[in-house]
Amino acid sequence: MPDHAPKPSNPHDSARLHVTGAALYVDDVGEPGDMLHLAFGQSSEANARITAIDLAAVRAAPGIVAVFTAADIPGANNVSPVAKDDLLLADGEVLYVGQPVFLVAATSQRAARAAARLGTIYYEPRPASLTIDAARKAKSEIEPTQRMARGDAPAALVKAQHRLSGSFAMGGQDHFYLEGQVAIATRGEDGQVHILSSTQHPSEIQHLVAHMLDRNSADITVEVRRMGGAFGGKETQAAAFAAAAALVADTTGHPAKFRCDRDDDMIMTGKRHDFAVAYDVGYDDEGRLLALQLRLASRCGATVDLSPAINDRAMFHCDNCYWLPDVEILSERLKTNTVSATAFRGFGGPQGMLAIERIIDDVAAHLSRDPLEVRLANLYAPGRDTTPYGMTVADNIAPPLIAKLRRDARYDARRQDVDAFNARSPIIKKGLALTPVKFGISFTTTHLNQAGALVHVYADGSIQINHGGTEMGQGLHIKIAQIVADVFALPVSQVRITATRTDKVPNTSATAASSGADLNGMAAYNAAMTIRDRLTDFLKRTYDCDDIRFTPEGVVAGTERLTFRDLARKAHMGRISLSATGYYATPGIAYDRAAHKGRPFYYFAYGAALTEVAIDTLTGEHKVLAVDILHDVGRSLNPAIDIGQIEGGFLQGQGWLTTEQLVFDEHGRLLTHSPATYKIPTASDRPRHVTIALWDGANVEPTVNRSKAVGEPPFMLAIAVFSALTQAIAATAPDTRSLPPLDAPATPEAILRAIAGHRT
Amino acid sequence: MTVRFLLDDMMVELADVDPTATLLDHLRYRMRRTGTKEGCAEGDCGACTVLVGDLDSTRDAVTWRAVNACILFLPMLHGKALLTVESLAKGGVLTPLQTCMAENGSSQCGFCTPGFVMSLHGRSIGAVGHTLPVADVIAGNLCRCTGYGPILAAGESIGPEPHDDAALVARLKALAETDTVSGSFGNRKWFIPRNPAALADLLSEYPDARLVAGATDVGLWVTKGLQTIDTLVFLGDIPELARIEDTPEGLTIGATVRYADAHDAFARLHPDLGELTRRLGGLQIRNAGTIGGNIANGSPIGDGPPAFIALGATLTVRGVDGRRTMPLEDYFIAYGKQDLRPGEFVESLHIPRPGPHDIVHISKLTRRFDSDITAVCGALKLTVHDDKITNARVAFGGMAATPKRATGCEAALTNQPFTLATIQTAMDALRTDYAPLTDVRGSAPYRIEAAANLLLRLWYKSQGETVSVLDLESAGA
Repeated sequence: MPDHAPKPSNPHDSARLHVTGAALYVDDVGEPGDMLHLAFGQSSEANARITAIDLAAVRAAPGIVAVFTAADIPGANNVSPVAKDDLLLADGEVLYVGQPVFLVAATSQRAARAAARLGTIYYEPRPASLTIDAARKAKSEIEPTQRMARGDAPAALVKAQHRLSGSFAMGGQDHFYLEGQVAIATRGEDGQVHILSSTQHPSEIQHLVAHMLDRNSADITVEVRRMGGAFGGKETQAAAFAAAAALVADTTGHPAKFRCDRDDDMIMTGKRHDFAVAYDVGYDDEGRLLALQLRLASRCGATVDLSPAINDRAMFHCDNCYWLPDVEILSERLKTNTVSATAFRGFGGPQGMLAIERIIDDVAAHLSRDPLEVRLANLYAPGRDTTPYGMTVADNIAPPLIAKLRRDARYDARRQDVDAFNARSPIIKKGLALTPVKFGISFTTTHLNQAGALVHVYADGSIQINHGGTEMGQGLHIKIAQIVADVFALPVSQVRITATRTDKVPNTSATAASSGADLNGMAAYNAAMTIRDRLTDFLKRTYDCDDIRFTPEGVVAGTERLTFRDLARKAHMGRISLSATGYYATPGIAYDRAAHKGRPFYYFAYGAALTEVAIDTLTGEHKVLAVDILHDVGRSLNPAIDIGQIEGGFLQGQGWLTTEQLVFDEHGRLLTHSPATYKIPTASDRPRHVTIALWDGANVEPTVNRSKAVGEPPFMLAIAVFSALTQAIAATAPDTRSLPPLDAPATPEAILRAIAGHRT
Repeated sequence: MTVRFLLDDMMVELADVDPTATLLDHLRYRMRRTGTKEGCAEGDCGACTVLVGDLDSTRDAVTWRAVNACILFLPMLHGKALLTVESLAKGGVLTPLQTCMAENGSSQCGFCTPGFVMSLHGRSIGAVGHTLPVADVIAGNLCRCTGYGPILAAGESIGPEPHDDAALVARLKALAETDTVSGSFGNRKWFIPRNPAALADLLSEYPDARLVAGATDVGLWVTKGLQTIDTLVFLGDIPELARIEDTPEGLTIGATVRYADAHDAFARLHPDLGELTRRLGGLQIRNAGTIGGNIANGSPIGDGPPAFIALGATLTVRGVDGRRTMPLEDYFIAYGKQDLRPGEFVESLHIPRPGPHDIVHISKLTRRFDSDITAVCGALKLTVHDDKITNARVAFGGMAATPKRATGCEAALTNQPFTLATIQTAMDALRTDYAPLTDVRGSAPYRIEAAANLLLRLWYKSQGETVSVLDLESAGA
């Protein structure tokens, strides 16, 4: 079992390369002179049968080498994760604007992009369902509505002292990774293809390309050194670009690069699901929830993608930290003629969690109570500690964690200050909110919770580590390097981190669900321990002693002390294998999806945020003034990296709920397809006051170092921003005992609309 | 003609330059200096930030400015000095800024990092805008991973970096041109005139030539529209058009004065105009975009024009036959149509200085405070004598097909007492002055309501109330 020693805050392993511009991303690798550049010809229609495609002008354009349609794909025309409904190139019909219809290979990227606009596609348009409402009316869904329930919510609603109902909507979100989608494919000998891809899921691309080219997986190698950001947007969405490059390279023999233009990327790739929420809730005088009927509906887009699991995770998180005695959650998964919604940090969790936090705010508004008191009254507690899906919350640290943040960040005094400010300020109103997070850790598709690693010790004592996880900026590699270095008590600089490759570690899961360090870290630990155990046996035999210790000062064998370098050389001479694989599968989890019951999660990660905001009641402008965060990462694998994840996750969540708005027109075209119109937070949107503290506690489960996953949970800390904005709007009519009708994102226009709605 | 520029200590000479080839592509795919990244290719993310140096008006020092390489055409670099992220760590020794950023968690995925390094390096070598707060210096750089905290802290912790541009000054002087530079690429032509008369002559010979100042607009025609432009005239090297005359009467701004260079003079004219300028694009955009370009392209929003109109600005255009001067509002005839005849160019803008009886208020409403295109830009100038409004100029952007005065609102204010009741009457009038569109930046009802509320904002501000969330003190435990 890994030790629990405090881990150092090593900087990101590539930090020096990042700041000097020397870190190589896919597009930075030198281009052979005969490399081809690719672009997709895109659908202009949201739903149509293709009657004809005329590509004569495309083929005649300058620099064009080859043009492909669906008929040119030798094997499976499929780039989907599960359902086989995402086609690489459209075949007879298009289901959303921007769908790839044909593929152009040219001598330059500009030539490819220009030619891709010259295709003439003849359509027979069909009625399109673009919104949740339209799809609901058309009974268009990607799978039947799912139900998760306990007790008898309708009966409990009738019996409850108080009852209210409400609804609201929340928008989607573009990932806006700074490095757009990109892949390079190179044909090798005898049907082999190598692909350099910016992807979170190299194994999936390997398998999809093998099927597309009618080869075996063993013929295809996918490599990822690093991504310039991903956030879920390169879990399934990288596949089309990699597959296109592979198709061109395999067909033409030229190396082929697909580097997608930013606007095309935003139009053609999936985003976070937007949701519509409706609820009917019963509660008592203290605000304790007695009964809840909740309806979640999401816009899944044109294909299945990962939407079933994402919407499941929304259901899993609409309890957040709260005991819901009689509850019924219905989750509609609507199929629309828009680009397929996909994974995005939190994977449905944020949408479910925002729903319950808004319900709590609504109950508090109707009772004229402090929303924090209502939150506290509903927390899981002994005897009230089972989730709606039947899992016992065994690690519930929400109560002490919230109490500590409340005290440290002076919630009560600041609430009085805010009230006093609002009493004297006619135009600007402030709001304050403290919201918690409880996020389930594990892939809810149980078989994905496995990982492999490969550790080599070379005869000079240097170590190479390879594992199935990919680096997208989250610091996974430095965490794992530290785990391996600690096994041998070596400095982390002794460990060389290498690119993730499907020919080193096979059959990997996506680096997703915050699981990268939990799964791959333990696999790497197991691999390193296998080698250490061999070395220990070798030393015992060589020095005829039982006392073997790996220390920072060297390896101790009885009275002997030798450097790790000497040990490696001796072991090699002694014919000891210095290479090992490691494997890990999360224990104890099982889930019955048909019944929506079981233990989908190994454990929960917790956190809480207190935010203070101000709104301008004349313009709807707002400013997040302050945030104080207390977050649970168990025993941290790297405190500095973890705090970076928390801070970045919070601001990304703030963007989702405030400035980031996706707008589609009535034809299904995305209008906000560039950073000119789609606004992620800038430096000045970061609150001037930010404190981030790590909760002092170990994971109750035996994870690596007793740490906890950190990638996704902090995103949901930003729900405190939305709640605080709601409070500020409520302050425009303090005697109104209802919740301001605010939808997310809280743009100036949405805030002004909510003020008007609250005052009437 | 060969395009020549200095990269580090190296003279780069490029023959047969495609006049709309971008510096970013040249760096990445011709020179394999791949530290400069493409994040958007439209000047909105800053991943491609580089520093461009040019002799200042004294010709004894170098003015450095951070710009976006993705929309910088190669001829615009002619005779200039260039620094990229690879220029910094000489012999593998990181600058203090780079060391700090590497150690304090300023990078996660690292893709945006070189752009931040260059913006902040510019600040430490005294580049244009170096006195701005760090958050303003990096407002044109997007990071999706970090939440910006460590980057801001790194910027705060790094002071001025010693550097000696003396040798560079000499080399730039040696590169300086006195006459029009021209080149051709296939049958396409490009020119860099050196004075307004030469510009006028070029325009009379090539009336369809595309004038390019900062390329913050034309750049996107090329990178996103994939347009081919046959004849280009670059305006970046005409000292007479780049002058600011700051007198007690007001400001006269040459057409190619960049927004970054006008910032201080604008702020002195009125703080709101300075604040508007601060929020107009990121620093890289203000370092490229010019006042004249902002007016000449006739955007219905404009940002600058509504404020200039409210302040009573006049515009001077020039052609081979001489000059014409007009109230700025008369220049904007209709959407896409301006009062500019073939062969004419925008020469200068004059903005009268507000008097002691003038109450000026300018607001830019956006979804995001920094580096966002405006939904509504409102500017008001009320002349108030003894609590009576004797004159009112009200102009808005984003409310019509052009930046436009609110004539009904002005009438409702003029010769009325400066009271809340008058303001409320004027708000009603304003609601009928415009019939705005609904687009991605805001719906028509929002635009109308927010625009009318800007009059209330002026009123409450005049009564001493806090009227902007940006004016609040920092909060927190």
